[in-house]
Amino acid sequence: MVSAVLFRSPLIGLLLVSLPAVAQVSEFRLDNGMQVIVKEDHRAPVAVSQVWYKVGSSYEPDGITGISHALEHMMFKGTEKVGAGEFSRIVSALGGSENAFTSRDYTAYFETLAVEHLERALELEADRMRNLLLDPDDFAKEIAVVKEERRLRTEDRPSGQVSEQFNAVAWRASPYRNPIIGWMNDLDHMTVDDLAAWYRRWYAPNNATLVVVGDVQPEAVRAMAERHFGPLPASEPLPIKPAFEPRQSGETRVEVRVPARQPYLLMGYKAPTVGKSEQPWEPYALFVLANVLDGGDSARLARDLVRGRGIAASASAEYGIYSRLSEMFLLAGTPTDGHSVAELEQALRAEVARLREGLIDQAELRRVVTQAVASKVFQADSLFYQAMEIGSLETIGLDWHLIETEIDALKAVTPEQVRQVAQRYLVDDNLTVATLHPLPIDEKAPRKPAVQGVRDDS
Amino acid sequence: MTARYWAPLLLALLVGVAQAGPRVESWQTSRGAKVMYVQAPDLPMVDVRVVFDAGSARDGGLAGLARFVNNTLNEGAGDWDADNLALRFEDHGIEFGHGSLRDMAWVSLRSLTDPAVLEVALDTTAAVLAAPRFDKEAVERVRQQMQIGLRSSLQSPGRIAERRFYRALYGDHPYAHAPDGDDTSLAGISRDDLVGFHQRYYVAANAVVAIVGAVDRALAEQIAERITGGLPIGQHAGPLPPPPVVSGGELREDFPSSQTHIYLGQAGMARHDPDYYALYVGNHVLGGGSLVSTLGEEVRNKRGLSYSVSSFFSPMQVEGPFLIVAQTKNAKADETLRVMRETLARFVSDGPSEQDLEAAKSNLIGGFPLRISSNGKIIEYLAMMGFYDYPLDYLETLTGKLAAVSVAQVRDAFSRRIGGPAGIAVVVGGNG
Repeated sequence: MVSAVLFRSPLIGLLLVSLPAVAQVSEFRLDNGMQVIVKEDHRAPVAVSQVWYKVGSSYEPDGITGISHALEHMMFKGTEKVGAGEFSRIVSALGGSENAFTSRDYTAYFETLAVEHLERALELEADRMRNLLLDPDDFAKEIAVVKEERRLRTEDRPSGQVSEQFNAVAWRASPYRNPIIGWMNDLDHMTVDDLAAWYRRWYAPNNATLVVVGDVQPEAVRAMAERHFGPLPASEPLPIKPAFEPRQSGETRVEVRVPARQPYLLMGYKAPTVGKSEQPWEPYALFVLANVLDGGDSARLARDLVRGRGIAASASAEYGIYSRLSEMFLLAGTPTDGHSVAELEQALRAEVARLREGLIDQAELRRVVTQAVASKVFQADSLFYQAMEIGSLETIGLDWHLIETEIDALKAVTPEQVRQVAQRYLVDDNLTVATLHPLPIDEKAPRKPAVQGVRDDS
Repeated sequence: MTARYWAPLLLALLVGVAQAGPRVESWQTSRGAKVMYVQAPDLPMVDVRVVFDAGSARDGGLAGLARFVNNTLNEGAGDWDADNLALRFEDHGIEFGHGSLRDMAWVSLRSLTDPAVLEVALDTTAAVLAAPRFDKEAVERVRQQMQIGLRSSLQSPGRIAERRFYRALYGDHPYAHAPDGDDTSLAGISRDDLVGFHQRYYVAANAVVAIVGAVDRALAEQIAERITGGLPIGQHAGPLPPPPVVSGGELREDFPSSQTHIYLGQAGMARHDPDYYALYVGNHVLGGGSLVSTLGEEVRNKRGLSYSVSSFFSPMQVEGPFLIVAQTKNAKADETLRVMRETLARFVSDGPSEQDLEAAKSNLIGGFPLRISSNGKIIEYLAMMGFYDYPLDYLETLTGKLAAVSVAQVRDAFSRRIGGPAGIAVVVGGNG
């Protein structure tokens, strides 16, 4: 609590901010192998519950891409005890909100509610962990919904087309090459039996993590978890085969020509994440590097490309330090009128070359660390974010305690290390470039392109 | 990441419902800006939002002017150019944001309460609000960014349908055009237009300051004074004209997409509408409660026609629209529009069932604690309450008002206000 009478002389320099007292986190494992993590946050009488499964699009073999996401949709279609759509109606009547999300490396289900209703949410989640019905008629309607979702997000969105094509060529073998929502062909041929097998394989307490954050007592949550999830049988662990991505040994390019009004550029260098790098500091150095380029309006891309040279209407860099498999360091942008997408690409490559050749300023490094320290405080305002941070780390096979050491790891990064990761990973042989070349939008043209995707079995 | 449905984030339709709400305090700064404040002592941070009646409804014939001004504020102000402004915020971990819609334009600030940091946050934001430079180079850069942003949005059949809908509903009313303007208007806006708009509307009498965070009342008063200290007193923007009465109809437009986007709607309601609670709760049954709604059931669950379907009122200073929105593959466009129309007509004539209404009310009332569970959520409420002149006990009395809504009231309000020949359908999509 800060009180009035401040505003003395402005003080600029590295912030010395103390983080809020580390919140109390409790962890335990049920006898059937289910992991439970509880974080107390007593600011408001509410709680968020998230059930995380170790399954997502990167677990899917060819032919059934999108099945994790399709199953996520079907998880709301009823069990023997709870009818189709009933799950959502019950949570809604309790004043709660619920939804789910599927990513490459996880599928998660959440409810946010007044804390007195938490147990009902856990009971419902436990029920659908093992007792899903998967009715064929419901599936027929829901897969149609999923295809509409794909049309909305990918088919009719030029940037969606670009990122799908980009991933498909950037990754030779890694399952990250497939879209999370699945290829339309695979959705066309997906059956309810495919889903039933997928459900049996992955939906079990020993493949799940329950995270609860909110105004709760850990012992009470443990008792609830034991009551509802405890009786569920574990499944035979079926380890997934290790994924492999061969070393890229040359630049890869893809052009996307679709009706659009604006060109767009997406570039990516393959880069390791925490736990997968040769040196443990490398992901943190890459994080600093990404923020030197794009940690706000003062960062290099906004300062030099958007404002200074006026080449980009927008330009961004993106890199996440956590993932299950090796990931990508992304750059993207839209050129201004009068500049081509090729010029923008050259400008972004020049920024990367500058990082390989020179050292970043101490002031830039200090700014990145200061921003990270402040964001830690700001993130504590969101229960959902706090749960998400813990659940995602555990589910991709990392220890959630890593979030407690992030700031120290960032503070230890040196300008020399930033140059080293640029020299090692941000190199042309490791690069994939996708460009969107707009075709005229002809309102009267039929939608179908001249050549449809080819089906080998047709 | 892909999810089962999108929460409809579209609207500023702020739900609310109350048990014990946070304690809201309000006062005026010495220059006449209204302040709304809630103390939230747990985290060492503060959120500040300054809202002006300076949205696109004030564009005055130059579509996009309000947003152009808002987008240029932090491109150079006072002694600082854009580079230095950004450095001042980011070197201190301060998050600065801004935005504008039809009614409002705002800037927002999230800062640690460390005195040295807060000092910089307030000084810099005060300059951004009071002394934007509108340098020629910055103006041209923002103009082009807006033109490119506009072109990108016109790649989306949904965005096109939305623009056509507002145009059809509002005719020549200030709500008719989109806040991001159009190609011709953006090209024609001059620096003088920007300066003139800023001088007229970014004034204390036209401002609301919302503050939530670990600052006591005395410090909150200083924050409000400091952040608006450079603004002239000025005058409030004044009332907007009432929307025109338009006749309904159907508008179809081709677009080379695999889906057709459908916007079905009509005039809805204003803030402080006497039917507000009946329409609001009724809509929650019809299509406001995500998938747990009549439209979700008919369009998505029963028929698999659309990934997202929802209905909503956007209550504004004067009547905002009522809208039902869905999108489906082209071959199913007619069927989807028919189901949307039939579902609405049935709801208007029959009203909700007793059971559905109770479920909607218990969702809204039981969910109240969630809606005020973080500083980030509370500041949204404060800004909205201050801007639209809600009483300070709005949050505390909300649940009671929602609980009092009956089936008869919903049916009565919908039958008087919604449905019939006033409906406008905009259908944009492919023919393949």
